[in-house]
Amino acid sequence: MWLRFKRDRTGVVSACVVLLYFVVAALAPLIAKAYGKNPYTLYSREPEYPFLLDDFAMPSGSFGGMSGDFWFGVEPKLGRDVFTMLLYGMRTSLYMAVLVTTLCVVTGVLIGMVSGFFGGRVDYWLGRVTDFFLAFPQQLFFIAFMPVVTAMFVSPQDETPTYLRAVAITLVMWFLGWMGLARLVRGSVLTLREREFVEAAKVSGASPWRIVRKEILPNIVTPILVQATYILPSTILSIAFLSYIGVGFVEPTPDWGRMFAIGADVYEQDPMFMFFPGVALVVFVLSFNLLGDSVRDAFDPKTGR
Amino acid sequence: MLQFLVRRLIGACVIIFLIGAFTFFLFYTIPQDFAELSCGRNCTPQNIEVIRENLGLDKPITSQFWEFMAGIVNGRDFSQGHCSAPCLGVSFDTGEFVWDSILDRFPLTLSLTLGGLVIFLFLGLGSGLLAAWKRGTVVDKAVSGASIVLSSFQIYFLGPIVLGIFVYQSGIMDNPRYEPFTENPIAWMVGMIIPWCVMATIFTAQYTRMARSTMIEQLQEEHVRTARAKGMKQRYVFFRYAWRGSLIPIVTILGVDLSALLSGAVVTEFTFDLAGIGRLAVDSSLTKDLPVTMGVMLFGAFFILILNIVVDLAYAYIDPRVRLS
Repeated sequence: MWLRFKRDRTGVVSACVVLLYFVVAALAPLIAKAYGKNPYTLYSREPEYPFLLDDFAMPSGSFGGMSGDFWFGVEPKLGRDVFTMLLYGMRTSLYMAVLVTTLCVVTGVLIGMVSGFFGGRVDYWLGRVTDFFLAFPQQLFFIAFMPVVTAMFVSPQDETPTYLRAVAITLVMWFLGWMGLARLVRGSVLTLREREFVEAAKVSGASPWRIVRKEILPNIVTPILVQATYILPSTILSIAFLSYIGVGFVEPTPDWGRMFAIGADVYEQDPMFMFFPGVALVVFVLSFNLLGDSVRDAFDPKTGR
Repeated sequence: MLQFLVRRLIGACVIIFLIGAFTFFLFYTIPQDFAELSCGRNCTPQNIEVIRENLGLDKPITSQFWEFMAGIVNGRDFSQGHCSAPCLGVSFDTGEFVWDSILDRFPLTLSLTLGGLVIFLFLGLGSGLLAAWKRGTVVDKAVSGASIVLSSFQIYFLGPIVLGIFVYQSGIMDNPRYEPFTENPIAWMVGMIIPWCVMATIFTAQYTRMARSTMIEQLQEEHVRTARAKGMKQRYVFFRYAWRGSLIPIVTILGVDLSALLSGAVVTEFTFDLAGIGRLAVDSSLTKDLPVTMGVMLFGAFFILILNIVVDLAYAYIDPRVRLS
């Protein structure tokens, strides 16, 4: 499978791009340090940059105020640096998406395994629970439960700290993210359970835990992996979606999705603000999609593309 | 058939009830005084008491829940007047009946969805079929390449770009705006055309990819190969044999997408500043207007369950081997 993947040039290139995003996100503080800016300072108020914003509080200079000092321009009105905002925004999104995807995969695999392996009544009830969660309108659920989940931790009068918002977003996404995988795993386990090698292991007295770990799990790793490459970018988009509509992260936390909200606000005057966050997001999702397709092709060469 | 419908509808009712219960108890157990929330600016302790009594917030939570659920079936009486059958309560914020404000917003969401649906179904399935038909040629490569790039775009990125080109820069079009269809169909179309196109672009790309890949998969199936080996016309094989089989996955995804869009095309509504169901949900969530949030949730769940049943019926129609049981 690995060999087949390596031969697929698109797959390798997109894997490199995805890797690059993660490296950049992980090294964001170092990069920001070398670059000498941070996403919080209002540079228009700093004495070193007296003419950063013009009289209408829009970036002076062409292309959204791009310059040697501000590579991706400056934010209208506040004068923050777009490059570091994007850098840190990507960092938050990627970290959270990895966390949410891991949680969803673990939950999905666990539930799918249990219902596939034990079958019978357990399977029936877990199936009903999955149905129940599938009937939730996903977007509306995210929107509706963000304030509720934050209200559980913080009293409404207080300011919600950023980490709690992150926790709330994670919880809400985790809650409705595992069902697809649970179904997939259950189906695979059901067919694997009847295969000879599992029978053999059972006859030779292996414990259920050992059968699951040594016989079944290695056989379903690949479909899980493929599924995870689809869950991760969609989680990033969901986080961005929440911040875009103003329910996710709020000022001053730098966030990918919120940059689009700011950008849409000032688009008439300063269209360049949105350019880099947008292109970065499109490239990221695109390479993840291509990567997912390549992984699937490598895993299952029969599906013709 | 009838038995199937009855059973599924009962199941749907049970799930709606469970979702209602889940949401209700989670919402109303957060530490917050809702009477105070709905009281507004000129608030006196007496006012709060009156509101509490009117909304039934002084009763224990379980009886509040039963009243809410009974209200959906029978209607309820508030100081504003009688709230008839599918009564989802009263908004804390505006004092309107939740069901009325949902109905008020729904035409916009419905027009957004249906208009977009027509465009992306035609274009998406059409270009997907074309790409599968001309597999491996330049046409196929162009269509697949364009669709994979476009499907990675987001409405909140593409929307401002399109607005920038057609509205801000050239001034060819006005800002999107909703006019009721019944009053002025032409203004309705003109006002919605940008949101439709932007929304449909992304969906079209996704449906193109899906239609192409399922078609190609179907064309490799044995019954299709047999038909071809018998010397049937290519066109006949394509549309009668392969197309039918590839409809199943498409219908599945279409059901999911449609129910999501009908319960609020949130991003589209935000990008183009349209006040539909999605906007209602977000606004109510930000002001902690729980009855409205909950109403919209149940409304969305209703669409999901109904469309699930419709999709299952469609399976049986597309593929006669599927038994409705």
